[in-house]
Amino acid sequence: MIFSKEPLLKVMGMTKYFGDRVGCRDISFELWPGEVLGIVGESGSGKTTLLNTLSYHLEPTRGIILYWSEQQGLVDLGQLSESQIRYLMRTEWGMVRQNPREGLRMRVSAGANIGERLMALGVRHYGRIRKEVQKWLERVEIDTDRANDLPETFSGGMLQRLQIARNLVTQPRLVLMDEPTGGLDVSVQARLLDLLRALVAEFNLSLIVVTHDLAVVRLLTHRLLVMRHGEIVESGLTDQLLDDPHHPYTQLLVSSVIQV
Amino acid sequence: MRGPLKLQPKMKSKSVPLQEGYNFAYLDEGTKRMIRRTLLKAIAIPGHQIPFGSREMPLPLGWGTGGIQITAALIGPDDILKVIDQGADDTTNAISIKKLFVKTTGVQITERTEKATLIQTRHRIPETPLKEGQVIIYQVPIPEPLRFLEPREPETRKMHALADYGLMYVKLYEDISTHGRIATAFMYPVLVHHRYIASPSPIPRFDNPKMDRMPALQLFGAGREKRIYAIPPYTTVKSLDFEDYPFEIEKWDQQCALCGSRESYLDEIIKDDQGGRLFVCSDTDYCQQRREKGKNASPSEVVAMKAVRRKKGDETT
Amino acid sequence: METRLQAEDIQKTFILYLQGGKKLNVLKRVYLTLGAGECVALTGPSGIGKSTFLRVLYANYKPDSGRVLVFHRGQWINTVEADPYHILDVRRYTIGYVSQFLRVIPRVPALDIVAEPLQRLGLSPDESRLQAQDLLRRLNIPESLWEVSPTTFSGGEQQRINLARSLIYPYSILLLDEPTASLDEKNRAVVIQLIREAVARGTAIVGVFHDREVRETLATREFDVSTEGTE
Repeated sequence: MIFSKEPLLKVMGMTKYFGDRVGCRDISFELWPGEVLGIVGESGSGKTTLLNTLSYHLEPTRGIILYWSEQQGLVDLGQLSESQIRYLMRTEWGMVRQNPREGLRMRVSAGANIGERLMALGVRHYGRIRKEVQKWLERVEIDTDRANDLPETFSGGMLQRLQIARNLVTQPRLVLMDEPTGGLDVSVQARLLDLLRALVAEFNLSLIVVTHDLAVVRLLTHRLLVMRHGEIVESGLTDQLLDDPHHPYTQLLVSSVIQV
Repeated sequence: MRGPLKLQPKMKSKSVPLQEGYNFAYLDEGTKRMIRRTLLKAIAIPGHQIPFGSREMPLPLGWGTGGIQITAALIGPDDILKVIDQGADDTTNAISIKKLFVKTTGVQITERTEKATLIQTRHRIPETPLKEGQVIIYQVPIPEPLRFLEPREPETRKMHALADYGLMYVKLYEDISTHGRIATAFMYPVLVHHRYIASPSPIPRFDNPKMDRMPALQLFGAGREKRIYAIPPYTTVKSLDFEDYPFEIEKWDQQCALCGSRESYLDEIIKDDQGGRLFVCSDTDYCQQRREKGKNASPSEVVAMKAVRRKKGDETT
Repeated sequence: METRLQAEDIQKTFILYLQGGKKLNVLKRVYLTLGAGECVALTGPSGIGKSTFLRVLYANYKPDSGRVLVFHRGQWINTVEADPYHILDVRRYTIGYVSQFLRVIPRVPALDIVAEPLQRLGLSPDESRLQAQDLLRRLNIPESLWEVSPTTFSGGEQQRINLARSLIYPYSILLLDEPTASLDEKNRAVVIQLIREAVARGTAIVGVFHDREVRETLATREFDVSTEGTE
């Protein structure tokens, strides 16, 4: 991990209302290069809204999101045009959905799923795209023979790894993940966590991971936000929050984990 | 479309009397004006799909109602109309459309490409190069080239707006991965005027190069989907491809069994019950003219021609 | 003697909301200055807050008041106030901590777990693994276990993996919480030897050593965490 002098992302007072209903309110935090941020909280606490607002899939009602872009320097996401946001999302950002069927194109092959971001960036050389496809299939431990297979034929763990490869092919700096290990067998989860940890280290990648699994939080994240009713109730160093929770709700969350 | 519109045109076709009780070219003048306005916008933004108020026509949707409405909006009493279907002037669909316009306008009909002022087509561009002043009107079933990969219309519109076209290449990528080459034979997507990706309608990719810098005006109508788009004369039209897999047109080892052409798009025809087959020009006018210039048909060619007619009559949709 | 770490006015209270807001007042105004080459043994009866204090020094617990100043990459940094990003940097380069528990991702081989701190600092995977092998050999972890995940290891083996992770890189500060608790005599001797080597290198150590013999062998001085006020 390379120590950086500047954060990658700075969120200030981000708020999203759906009519009168609060999606998330007054969200502020910083994320640094190579850092993994966990967001925990019960269902309906605004975790997924936070991710969608952060990536401008939803426009925030209020607040500022600053991002230190590799290509454009410091940018205020609110000031970017839709096409600039889209460009950012497919070059420097990535998004891994809980349900890989939403994050993948199920009607085209695994290889096409990985190659799409490259083609969107203007790569027009089949051989080069193919090479990247092979490289990323290997990197996420999928047999390269499966490049031409439809994702429909993949297992849940493979689909999630494919979705990760599809996002990482342009070597983004920030990847948002919504319950990446949700719905997977425990052994498959471990493999995925190991892979994510290795990728974070290899590419100095920053992750924002929404999860309800405190074991995932403990093993993967550096920094943690605890959310309730759309607001952050406690934030800080992950192991500090898990081992020395200060807020009553965090204490409840931590004490509710079933020990094996 | 030439000259001021006369509400009571003089008869051109003597055999068919003008149908009583219909406006000239079937559609009312208000609708025609609306379509012409849409066409102007479409020509101003080459390749961009413009919505229009598609009307009920006396033919079923899918029979070329988009093209018919454009033709109806443009046609004037002095126009000479050619209608082809799969390259042939004499198939059911082409004949039905011609009948509609003869009955409601009385305009002159031709099979000769170079004589027509308006050419309505399904699935082909004539082999005879089109000239300045001519208008070719394509019948389009699916105007959205991105739909195969992205079924959400709001999303495809956004992709067009932002020229966000990586997805189109995904289809070509899939072709090469599966077949070792770009296997898309029809509706091969094109980039119009370096900006909008458009569907050339279900013409074979053989015809794609004819669209590039064509002297004639190209108009596209999708009746069911209520979309019109256009390519003005001399507009750059590029067929999408990869650097290492460049765009190529189909080639045949055979020549036309009737006129001997090696340059035209050939249809494969099953000749008899024994599975014998032959190849003939898909463009009947082109084939006919070559034969007239050359020798008369031999008896075997007459048999072939009959087979061709039978076959084409059967497959009209 | 160069100062490596300075804890000032550390107070720590736990409020247990799930038990009706019960308050546990554990650390009261603790001060400690730690120099290079020192090995400080925390003393006092069980439950007095020795482990709690170690965790405060590691920034694993957040004190109610006070500062923990750590000499890190040429500057002083107060880990009580620092951003998590900086705390993690302190843990990567300056402070090693050996707890009684091993928390690792299942499936990752023991060798990689031990090599990880070096790799994180930019050493090549091969070189990191070579060094990890040396250390595991010294700690008597049979070679047959190197490629196995330590989640299945015995308590003693897990403890040695934990120690190896912290001893593989020469941290300037080491925090040891009962490092020899589950070890047999032979391995205890090895661990004592390794810790002595670290002290000789100038590593500053704070430890909880339950075993009196170990404590007397290693400690350069003892410190009672129940002592209040300026050191």
